[in-house]
Amino acid sequence: MGSLFTPLSWNDSGLILAGIWNTIVISVVAIVIGTILGLIIGFIRSESNKTVNLILSSLLDILRSVPLIIQLILFSTFVGAWGYPLEPFVAGSIILSLYTMAFMSEVFRSAFESVHSSMLTASRSLGLSYWQTVFYIRLPIGIRTVFPSWLGVALSVIKDSALVSVIGYMELLRTSDQLISRTQQPLEILLGVGLFYFLISYPLSLYGKHVERKMAL
Amino acid sequence: MINIQNVHKSFGDLEVLKGINLEVKKGEVLSIIGGSGSGKSTLLYCINAIEKINAGKITVDDIDVHDKATNQDKLRQKLGMVFQQWNSFPHLTVLENVALAPRIVKKMSKDEAIEIGEKELTHVGLGDKFDVYPTKMSGGQQQRLAIARALAMRPDYMLFDEITSALDPELVGEVLDTLRVLREDGMTMICVTHEIAFAREVSDNIAFFHEGIIEEMGSPDQVISNPQKETTQKFLSKVLS
Ligand SMILES: Nc1ncnc2c1ncn2[C@@H]1O[C@H](COP(=O)(O)OP(=O)(O)O)[C@@H](O)[C@H]1O
Ligand SMILES: [Mg+2]
Repeated sequence: MGSLFTPLSWNDSGLILAGIWNTIVISVVAIVIGTILGLIIGFIRSESNKTVNLILSSLLDILRSVPLIIQLILFSTFVGAWGYPLEPFVAGSIILSLYTMAFMSEVFRSAFESVHSSMLTASRSLGLSYWQTVFYIRLPIGIRTVFPSWLGVALSVIKDSALVSVIGYMELLRTSDQLISRTQQPLEILLGVGLFYFLISYPLSLYGKHVERKMAL
Repeated sequence: MINIQNVHKSFGDLEVLKGINLEVKKGEVLSIIGGSGSGKSTLLYCINAIEKINAGKITVDDIDVHDKATNQDKLRQKLGMVFQQWNSFPHLTVLENVALAPRIVKKMSKDEAIEIGEKELTHVGLGDKFDVYPTKMSGGQQQRLAIARALAMRPDYMLFDEITSALDPELVGEVLDTLRVLREDGMTMICVTHEIAFAREVSDNIAFFHEGIIEEMGSPDQVISNPQKETTQKFLSKVLS
């Protein structure tokens, strides 16, 4: 009788690459959508009065403080139970994007608030309209100061995307989980997966630090 | 012509302008002097529609500044303004700082905007700084950049709000020289300033502000050499000492 388990082999590389690809896709989707929504919410927050800000910040606090894994399970279970079962990719993208948005909105709020009002007055005095001032002055000046924190959020989203595995999305972690049950070689596989996350995150975070240092000068 | 009739302005309960009347004709230079908090900046902001007024009327070339029907973005193209803080746009080069508003407000072509930018920068003595980022320049240079940036919109009037007050003393001269050039060009200007000697030299009229009213107004000879009011005399002896 042959073994139940088959060792890891080159035949598995297609599976692993698909897992890597899916991790990258859902991370990019979440970062792009989360950045766009975060930019809008961050702008609204920087322009709003106390009441609006209180309401918005409570909603965002929920997204930020309920563990992502619970949000994923709750969301996919509930929409499923209401009769709209979603693909794991779709459900995962929605929740991961909203989660990203919650953190990005803080990043962009401080970006907008970092531009002193006298700079905006100077712009308006040249005849630029409110929106021209937002797009040509406030946004580009503000964004420069927050690039390192934007990158920090983006990197943590790549890592957090592993949690989407709990609702069945075949990203890298879930792929390796399946390989582990088949091969019983957890050490090699998890080391490989860890190395992948490290190789993506570390150079980017070094770059972020480099930009930060350059800005401090 | 800028015409200011009985303008009142309050921030909450604090009445900052208590009935201001002024007239500045084309080609004239008016300097406004007075103590801190007397409402000088606020008046400039009201002329530029950055601040609303509570009563009275301000017209610029017969356009009612605070009328609801007035396009204030358009009106501000007539009025260049330079502030105590120069507020250079740090993400743009010196030339881009000056060319930005002509390009996006006046919708000029890139070449036209650059041509105007180069001309105005040369005019204020920054002809060798086109591609520099403004944060690399001194305060005096950045303040001259702010003047060129305003001039590039080809305003009919210039409003200056204590533009030398935040400068190191050795940099004041180059900025005042730039104002002298504008004076020679025949630019109509309102200068809020603490540089009394300069005001006396370039102004057609001087207004002394005190607690939201114009305490005394007239030619430099009248207001500076022969002030009639005790508040004016006190103020002058304080700043001239
Ligand atoms: N945006 C504002 N909100 C509330 N008070 C203000 C505001 N701007 C100016 N003030 C007050 O109005 C008064 C006049 O200010 P300002 O016009 O700046 O005086 P000056 O330029 O003559 O020093 C001051 O008491 C100042 O504190
Ligand atoms: Mg002032």
